[in-house]
Amino acid sequence: MNDQETLRVSKIKNGTVIDHIPAGRALAVLRLLGITGSEGHVVTVTMNVRSGKLGKKDLVKVEDLELMTDQVNKLTLIAPTATINIIRNYEVVEKRSVKLPDRIVGILRCTNPGCITRQPMEHVSSKFVVVSKSPLRLECEYCGRYLEEEEVLKQLTQ
Amino acid sequence: MWKFRDVISILDFTRDDLEHLFSVTDRIIERPLDIGKPLDGKIVATAFIEPSTRTRLSFETAAKRLGAEVINLEPHLSSMAKGESLTDTMRMLDDYANLIVIRSPYEGSAKHAADVCENPVINGGDGTQHHPTQAMIDLYTIRRLKGRIDGLEVGVVGDLKYGRAAASFIYGLTKFNVKKIWLVSPEPLSPRPELMDRLKRMNVEIVKTENLESAVENVDILYVTRIQKERFPDPAEYEKLRGSYVITKKLLSRAREDLKVLHPLPRVDELSNDVDDTPHQAYFIQAKLGVPVRMALIGLVLGVF
Repeated sequence: MNDQETLRVSKIKNGTVIDHIPAGRALAVLRLLGITGSEGHVVTVTMNVRSGKLGKKDLVKVEDLELMTDQVNKLTLIAPTATINIIRNYEVVEKRSVKLPDRIVGILRCTNPGCITRQPMEHVSSKFVVVSKSPLRLECEYCGRYLEEEEVLKQLTQ
Repeated sequence: MWKFRDVISILDFTRDDLEHLFSVTDRIIERPLDIGKPLDGKIVATAFIEPSTRTRLSFETAAKRLGAEVINLEPHLSSMAKGESLTDTMRMLDDYANLIVIRSPYEGSAKHAADVCENPVINGGDGTQHHPTQAMIDLYTIRRLKGRIDGLEVGVVGDLKYGRAAASFIYGLTKFNVKKIWLVSPEPLSPRPELMDRLKRMNVEIVKTENLESAVENVDILYVTRIQKERFPDPAEYEKLRGSYVITKKLLSRAREDLKVLHPLPRVDELSNDVDDTPHQAYFIQAKLGVPVRMALIGLVLGVF
């Protein structure tokens, strides 16, 4: 590993490393986790690095923050290949892959403008159940409309 | 099995649930004097945020026949006209009444109302999605006129995309062992993928066609629906599809003698008046049965039957 690569993938002392994010989606991952930078954690984003498994991948490191299972499971929506490494004192103490939850609450928007969740006055959080994992297909618990993978990606990456 | 249940979608009910509802309805029709006023002292609220004739009035009639008092939310005269949310309105009605019947243009409103309210909520139609009590009436009408639902061939004609009565009726049919369901609509009004997927999973024999004549020649029941003008995003598209299918006396001359025509009403131009005097007409009977079926439903939900 040359100096430049060492700098890019340097170890963190404590925190979370999210590895194997599909190339180009690191910023969407941060958005989905609600990490804006204003929390004060050191956040390192590496995009489009070489990967044996994915060809190219992104990588996110968040120092001094251990992400909880519920938080990281949401990542399946845009980064099903992601792996989560919890780091303590420079050592990986836990390695997890993400698992799609059965229900997605409040992250996505129903595409049906007539759905109760789309009425601003009502303040009803969207709720989707997972109908199919691959390809991803969600169903709105309120209006029954499908939300297809393409739309999920569009909502979370744009 | 029925007591204090919300009635949001026909899919939430089993065949046994529906059979029980039908047998209570039979009792109400056959021995009306035995029923008495079991809901004396109870209050039923109706909150219809969309126009309605039969649904609201038959719910009101049903509740009154059982001895309940009825309060009606008039959206244009209430604080909803000032911008109060449906959520807050439902919370208030929940404090005033023992049961709430809601109709709203938004899909999922009844489910949301049921989440907010402690008392049972009955869905009187939410957007394009569900109209479970209409489906219960439709199924009961078939059972009463034909003596069974199992083994019949049923055609559903018209707006299968936006029509909530059609969707709920089709879902209702899947609770029974019908022989075949014919879905007849112009392509732009064919059922949404969610409905077709469910039907596939339910293993029902489906014929999807634009050919009304072939359906009419084969079915025992023809369920006709209005093209839902108010739900079209583009009025020009409605005008294009309006009148795609018209059921006339002449067309029905090709049908089985004992074919029955149902329609949740109101009709516009999809069902000719010349069918009214034929033996095929069953839609006025269907509308009339709305009261006893809803009496049975309200009574079961409030635990008096």
